[in-house]
Amino acid sequence: MITLSAVVARTSGLERQDLERWIVEAWVNPERDGGEFLFHDVDVARVQLIVELRDQLEIDEAALPVVLSLIDQVYDLRRRMRQVAEALSEIAPQDLRHALADHLARRRGAARRL
Amino acid sequence: MEDPYKVLGVARDASQDDIRRAYRKLAKKHHPDLNPGDAVAEARFKEISAANGLLSDPEKKGQFDRGEIDAGGQDQGPRSGYRQHADGEAGRRYDHGGGGWSDEQFDDLFGSMFRRQGADTPRRGQDERYTLTTSFLNAVNGATQRLTLPDGRTLDVKLPPGTSEGQVLRLKGHGAPGRNGGPAGDALIEIQIAPHRHFTRDGQDIRLVLPISLREAVIGGAVETPTPGGPVKLRVPPHADSGTELRLRGRGVPAHGGREAGDLFVSLKVIIGPPDQALDDFIRDWTPASAVDPRAAMETDQ
Repeated sequence: MITLSAVVARTSGLERQDLERWIVEAWVNPERDGGEFLFHDVDVARVQLIVELRDQLEIDEAALPVVLSLIDQVYDLRRRMRQVAEALSEIAPQDLRHALADHLARRRGAARRL
Repeated sequence: MEDPYKVLGVARDASQDDIRRAYRKLAKKHHPDLNPGDAVAEARFKEISAANGLLSDPEKKGQFDRGEIDAGGQDQGPRSGYRQHADGEAGRRYDHGGGGWSDEQFDDLFGSMFRRQGADTPRRGQDERYTLTTSFLNAVNGATQRLTLPDGRTLDVKLPPGTSEGQVLRLKGHGAPGRNGGPAGDALIEIQIAPHRHFTRDGQDIRLVLPISLREAVIGGAVETPTPGGPVKLRVPPHADSGTELRLRGRGVPAHGGREAGDLFVSLKVIIGPPDQALDDFIRDWTPASAVDPRAAMETDQ
């Protein structure tokens, strides 16, 4: 884990007060140790993503919370889908899994033809 | 690699502005963090980034246009994207539901597939988790703070005095609505506290470093000090050194919920102040009544 100053130092285009504001807005949730913020890898990568969204993709700060919320929901859903897939692969018998896979493939093919 | 001009879809005489615009437009569509699990988008994004890396650098662009370098070698190294973290367990930190499966989320996604219970059973609404960041002093003294939820609703959150970092406040009935006549869930609000410039918190006690002048340090006297409840007079004893700690009883976190009020610990810090000829002259001509070595207790031979 690294400090707020270290995150600012290693992220080009990032000002300290930007990051402080994003923490207040809860776009980034670093851990706190006493009076100091500590950033996990995931927090640092998220800060970089926000900088890219703002600077390269020109999403202004008013629209950012909507974008971040949608991104969070996509990753949340992906995690949940994977949990279901894992549960199926652990519990469902092989013939059921194959039947499901075939069925899904047929459905996908049918959807494409529409 | 493909022709970078084709990749970005710009003419060979495109300006730097055209190139930047074309890059941004494509990056918006293919950014891998926005397209998790889409290998095609990822490959496209790499191409786009490489093409932009080449064409957005006027020097490299010139070399490429003159045929001195080819488009290869512009591939960017492995990018440590947000996706890499967010897609794994670490991404749970930014979960909306706070991790784990609740019945309602399960129902939303797969309930009709995997659950057999009747659809008309009354069901309590889901608890919803939010984070509220508050100021140091609001947390210490207590305050009512308005929280705007993603759906536009607002909640007035009453922070009790002595609220601590990570504390979760439960607002009954302010979560998701119940189903089929079931009661609403609760809103669970996790409190985060922004650091203060001068105060730090140590449980019920608060610490503060208070600058004093040389005169105040030597002669002593009453000085004003900030406290979480507003400024008060503090008596500085004569001959106070930097680091001397004074305790203001009951001036820390106010009493709350059966806990006594904490104390404010003020650590003095002597400030010599701007250069002053009279002071310099005095010190130079001054012979201390008893010679003191302030470093006598230090083990200087190690």
